[in-house]
Amino acid sequence: MWSSPFISAPASVSQIMLRVIFAMVPGIAMYVWFFGPAILVSITLASITALATEALMLKLRNRPLKPFLTDNSALLTGWLLALSIPALAPWWLVVVGTAFGIAVAKHLYGGLGNNPFNPAMVGYAVLIISFPAHMTHWLTPHGLEGIVLSFPDQLNYIFHGILPASTTLDALTTATPLDTLKTQLHLGLPVNEIRDMPIYGHLAGKGTEMVAIGFGLGGLYMLYARIISWHTPVIYLGTLFAIAGLFHLVDPASYVAPTFHWFSGAAMLGAFFIFTDPVGGPTTIKGRVIYSAGAALLTWLIRSYGGFPDGVAFAALLMNICVPLIDTWTQPKVFGRKGDGK
Amino acid sequence: MRTLYRFHGGIHPEEHKLESSEAPARRAPLPKKLILPLHQHIGNGAKVAVQVGDKVLKGQMLASAQGMISAAIHAPTSGSVTAIAQHPVPHPSGLDGLCIHLESDGEDRWIERAALDFRAMPKPELLDRLRDAGIVGLGGATFPTHVKYGLPSGQRIDTLVINGAECEPWITTDDRLMREHADGIVRGIEVLRHLSGAGEVLVGIEDNKPQAITAMRAACAGSDIEVVAVPTLYPSGGEKQLIRILTGKEVPSGGRPTNIGVACNNVATAYAIHRFVDHGEPMISRLVTVTGNVRTPMNVEVLIGTPLTEVVECAEALPGTTGYILGGPMMGLEVDDLHLPAVKSTNCIIAKSAQLFPPPPPAMPCIRCTRCAQVCPADLQPQELHWFSKAKNFGKTQEYHLFDCIECGACAYVCPSHIPLVQYFRFAKSEIWQREHEQQAAEIARERHEFRMFRQEREKQEKAERLAQKEKAAQAAKPAVATPLPVAAAANADPDDTLQMRVDADIARANMQLRIDAAAARAKEQAAAAQPKNIDALTPQQQAEIAEIEARRAKLREIASDAGADDEPPKQI
Repeated sequence: MWSSPFISAPASVSQIMLRVIFAMVPGIAMYVWFFGPAILVSITLASITALATEALMLKLRNRPLKPFLTDNSALLTGWLLALSIPALAPWWLVVVGTAFGIAVAKHLYGGLGNNPFNPAMVGYAVLIISFPAHMTHWLTPHGLEGIVLSFPDQLNYIFHGILPASTTLDALTTATPLDTLKTQLHLGLPVNEIRDMPIYGHLAGKGTEMVAIGFGLGGLYMLYARIISWHTPVIYLGTLFAIAGLFHLVDPASYVAPTFHWFSGAAMLGAFFIFTDPVGGPTTIKGRVIYSAGAALLTWLIRSYGGFPDGVAFAALLMNICVPLIDTWTQPKVFGRKGDGK
Repeated sequence: MRTLYRFHGGIHPEEHKLESSEAPARRAPLPKKLILPLHQHIGNGAKVAVQVGDKVLKGQMLASAQGMISAAIHAPTSGSVTAIAQHPVPHPSGLDGLCIHLESDGEDRWIERAALDFRAMPKPELLDRLRDAGIVGLGGATFPTHVKYGLPSGQRIDTLVINGAECEPWITTDDRLMREHADGIVRGIEVLRHLSGAGEVLVGIEDNKPQAITAMRAACAGSDIEVVAVPTLYPSGGEKQLIRILTGKEVPSGGRPTNIGVACNNVATAYAIHRFVDHGEPMISRLVTVTGNVRTPMNVEVLIGTPLTEVVECAEALPGTTGYILGGPMMGLEVDDLHLPAVKSTNCIIAKSAQLFPPPPPAMPCIRCTRCAQVCPADLQPQELHWFSKAKNFGKTQEYHLFDCIECGACAYVCPSHIPLVQYFRFAKSEIWQREHEQQAAEIARERHEFRMFRQEREKQEKAERLAQKEKAAQAAKPAVATPLPVAAAANADPDDTLQMRVDADIARANMQLRIDAAAARAKEQAAAAQPKNIDALTPQQQAEIAEIEARRAKLREIASDAGADDEPPKQI
């Protein structure tokens, strides 16, 4: 016997998470196309680690395994983390990041629904602080000068750290377009000259810009399927565009174009997949506007002046901290109380 | 074209209306035995006006309204009263209620009936007649209709909203009624318009009932009653939501529609008023949808008091029926067995089966996706209310306006974690009521204690004074006459003092009583505003018992106070 309502819509947490994972596919496809299949290896590693850590933590916490292992939330965390770190990295890097995210950032705070911080972003933060060198070896996109590593060779490096005799890691990898930009600006080069470097494409980095477009397409699907509301991506990308655009207009030699910000680094991934994470995000519409705008500002600040190449992960974590306050501030007026200011 | 307004949120559950909406309503066979609960409406239960063994006619009043908010109960058919006893009634508590048991004589003989010239009648008298005809709102809340229109002076109704939205899935009684009896409904609306003095009359019907809309428009042709098709969106049939859709106004939180110059009644209520005013028939029957896992889903006209088993028999429950929902699937009440009578609020019986109503999957934690907040018609944040209810942080639930929740179930319907949110909110509400009651009881106890301390102290002082005085008097009298007996002296020496003391005590007691009464009235008011409580529906026996105990107590107190030993103010029951 249960109480009303006796009917429910056919939605479930598991299905929502699965759709979000599904929405990552276009971005991942672009990734594979431009950078080779190494990313599939790290996604697989992350998935296995995520599920194993989830199972272990559930066991330790005396929680039932089945409903939580099948809710797909751990899987989503793993995928997000795998996409945030270099694909050609030793296997333990993604394992450590994922395990930390799930065990510490998620389960030590109470598991699904109770984590104030996005577990994947916590995992990323731990990795970039603890293993900064490993986190800078991004694969050079296909079509650029340099050596293209075959899949078996990629596997050999990921699991055994062995490269073919004739190559070095430096020949295979490069700094990210954002990182390169920052370094070159430091060296005194103007933006337009930096943008002429071979790693850059039409919008931002060669290859990476297409990955960003892929994530954007996935995001549009999520909007269409009403998995996420439009507020977060629109406000985030809009604010990022406005700030970057303003500075770019004033000083185009020192500040890169706003579209560059959109299609570089994790901005697209963040707009649709990270800042939309409901658990650590605000619950009110107004709150989401504040949260997204704040995240955009932080992203731009960290990218422009910070010590890290990209700012999305730290923007997410810093805004996560503000969520309880934002939610309290932005409680909407309820029906029948709109007039009395309460 | 009228401008329609939106309320926040809302959902589109599967309608399941066609199952029962297409066949004309039938009349259920005359039951042999009827069970008539005295408490079928919001407010006080009715007061029994017959005795066991009485022969009654169809339409005869069996129980009269008592108190401000109440309505009469009538015999739905002719027969004899066989018992006035407890019987299970449809109520979330699952408790029994006092019922008049009526055995039908099969003749279905009416009392004398007469149409009413309602326009010629003073308004208060018409309201009394409605009360005595047992007219209550048939939209679900069963609020006595006469109370709605007995406005305090200064309040005015501009708009009369007639609710034909019928937004709950499966239910089609209002749909059928509008298709079949639009003229009667409009007659009833005229009575309501007369009572309210409203200049504007709007009938709101969800646009998934085109035939009902056509029928009502035809019946309203030539009058200025406007039939408005409103978008199908649950819960547009909620009183506050429909008023918002049609007028753009919001009933203030905790207020009534009359606060914003609107009165709202259901189409079925309007029809019942027509039956009474034009045919002299009190409220003794209603339409009930029988649907779900049954052979022939349908609408049946059912006499109030008909056992639900007999109502369901009309449609024949199919094998695989696992239980029944009284009301709709969004806000209804699940019952295990059907040995309950149909009451004035019974609008639908749904036979459940595992296919039609699969049990919900186990609840997962809330992921703060806010789908609930997106659909909440009260603009609440159910995810926050859930969080605080779960933590038993009831103060916070109130800060987040728990009591503005109308329990429509939209939040739980969309929750991807399948959290029974409404259940959490009902739990929190009842806990808060419980605590308020306890607090009030504690408050009364504290006041009583303080009064007692104060009194003891004063008596001690007075005694000391008296003794001192007596001593002085005795000292003065000593040389003159022989010492009188001390007891007599006490009795004779200070009659004024004792009198004064008694008067003081009486005043104090009266003051105390006033305060206690006020506190009790407050508590009662809150309870009444919240939902009918079992203690509101005391049986006549219980009430008689209470009166007897009260009388005994009063006597005891008198004796005690005469003896000067009355230590405590009267107890509150």
